[in-house]
Amino acid sequence: MTHLVPLPVVMPLLGAALTLLLLGRPRAQRWVSLTVLTATVGVAATLLVQSSKDGPLVVEVGGWVAPLGIVLVADQLAALMLVVSAAVTLCVLVYSMGQGMADGNEETPLSVYHPTYLVLTAGVCNAFLSGDLFNLYVGFEILLVASYVLLTLGSTETRIRAGTTYVVVSLLSSVIFLVAIGLVYASTGTLNLAQLVDRLDALPDDLRLLLQGMLLLAFGIKAAVFPLSAWLPDSYPTAPAPVTAVFAGLLTKVGVYAIIRTETLLFPGGRTATLLMVTAVLTMVVGILGAVAQSDIKRLLSFTLISHIGYMLFGVGLTSALGLSAAIFYVVHHITIQTTLFLAAGLVERRGGSTNMERLGGLARLSPLLAILFFVPALNLAGIPPFSGFLGKLGLVQAGIDDGGVLAWILVAGGLITSLLTLYAVARVWNLAFWRAPHAEMPDADEAEQASQVDGSVQPQQPLPAGHSGAVLPKLMIAPTVALVVFGLVLTVVAGPLFDVSSDAANDLLRRTPYVDAVFPGGTP
Amino acid sequence: MTPNLTYVIVIGVLVAAGVTLLLERSLTRVLMGVILLGNGANLLLLTGGRAGAPPIVGSSSQEEMSDPLPQAMILTAIVITLGMTAFLLALAYRSWHLNGHDEVQDDVEDRRIMDLAERDEVPDDDVDGDDDDDNEETGADRTLAGTVDSGRAG
Repeated sequence: MTHLVPLPVVMPLLGAALTLLLLGRPRAQRWVSLTVLTATVGVAATLLVQSSKDGPLVVEVGGWVAPLGIVLVADQLAALMLVVSAAVTLCVLVYSMGQGMADGNEETPLSVYHPTYLVLTAGVCNAFLSGDLFNLYVGFEILLVASYVLLTLGSTETRIRAGTTYVVVSLLSSVIFLVAIGLVYASTGTLNLAQLVDRLDALPDDLRLLLQGMLLLAFGIKAAVFPLSAWLPDSYPTAPAPVTAVFAGLLTKVGVYAIIRTETLLFPGGRTATLLMVTAVLTMVVGILGAVAQSDIKRLLSFTLISHIGYMLFGVGLTSALGLSAAIFYVVHHITIQTTLFLAAGLVERRGGSTNMERLGGLARLSPLLAILFFVPALNLAGIPPFSGFLGKLGLVQAGIDDGGVLAWILVAGGLITSLLTLYAVARVWNLAFWRAPHAEMPDADEAEQASQVDGSVQPQQPLPAGHSGAVLPKLMIAPTVALVVFGLVLTVVAGPLFDVSSDAANDLLRRTPYVDAVFPGGTP
Repeated sequence: MTPNLTYVIVIGVLVAAGVTLLLERSLTRVLMGVILLGNGANLLLLTGGRAGAPPIVGSSSQEEMSDPLPQAMILTAIVITLGMTAFLLALAYRSWHLNGHDEVQDDVEDRRIMDLAERDEVPDDDVDGDDDDDNEETGADRTLAGTVDSGRAG
């Protein structure tokens, strides 16, 4: 089955090339992207089943033997992340197609959208599968460059401004990562993760701490951990809704994945555990306080995104099997839910003409379906039982109490407060945008339809493309959002098996030997 | 290769100059900073492997060969930096095209929230949605326009 491992990287890249050749033929582009991403979901699911059964699957790229060539490793953690991210990218693709068709701009900027989107997927998959530090860097660069293009799509003034901040901060983190790689190679003579395990253990403690710190810094910027998170709410909200959704779901989680991988495989022993726990508390609390202050839904969601990254660090910082497994569960939950919420925010923008809560109102009456699509994932994010957000937080709190240290108790308290404040923040959105009396300017669906039939346009607060009323939401935008909401609910139903997979993955990560043995069956050279 | 003092100083100067330029507001200077920083990082990568004869089998004995891996990594990094330079140049040009300058502006929404915080108000929490919203909003917009203008002038 190992021949399947490179496919999640290769297929989107080939798809990107094909869609690039099909420029100007949007229908063909859409079919190529759909086929490729559906196939990626299938491959990822197969990899997850296989790696749970037979242990990590390893491919030596180009047939070069392990420490000389680059390896791709699909262990349970990587495969699980692949499945969730592929499913989410597929849903967002359908959503963006719905939006493009509804806006009537089938030519631009969709012609570059599809190739870039597929390259982004390839980069994310490469980062998850990489068994080599430099290949991880390349994966990061692929997904970052694609994200620069997607973020500045259409190059309007606000997007250029936001894109600049994002690009410069990401470049800085890439340089730090590159320098860290240089130092790792200089001190160990290898970049193969499995080979690094022994060689890093043999290094003096101070040097190891320096390397660990630099890698943490680079990944911390990408994952938007508190003192390094200022770029995120600045840049994400300006992008088109599907782009923000896929960024929020995936990009920061690739950073979190890299932190989990390096902290467990390369630098076990928890020398930075205190640092991780302190930043986890700060990320959670400062992030959510930022969310409470916002008046724009997309910005509010960006701040909750930062805040909930803290929960994942919480689990990693505890360094126990339960903590790690809860963190992995939480990553899966959060990718799904955060993407769903941003997609719902995109629907709100279309229906109400704005995402500013001061301008919105009465959406619950105007569009009950949209209200449900926002309400369910919002409660899920806040951690109301029986949703998966509650189960993930429960696992983390349990792990924190088991740990029993002072910092762990502070983390538990911080986590509970953050959960409560998240509920407050999303309840405010609910009260202002959905629950209060509708503003006079917002047409309800029937009137809007009549109006658009009579004079061809309605006037929402922000002008939508002519001939399209925001009141009627395109089915292709609703369907993927519904699918993701349902997927979020399914996470609750299959929480038992999912927790089994995540604790298996966590145990393998902590033991380290399954990964190393899979890459070097005959012993580390 | 074994790093000597000159080499280390060159890396230090490149990185220091790069970081200084990175802190500027003008995008063109930021771009220069990124290039210098990238070159500093590339030189640092080169210290990772042994220096010596070209690593071609048969041309010299194995002990004398240089380590090709850092060079391969630097090549990759150079290509990535080249692409990023082109992209940042395009961004700077587009910014100049739209605004007549390439300076990075503050986040407007950030300013608005800060403004509200200074006046000790929260974003309109009035569930009944009464009529003063509009007045407050235009008031906030006006002060905001003032701050952005003064920021540009400075």
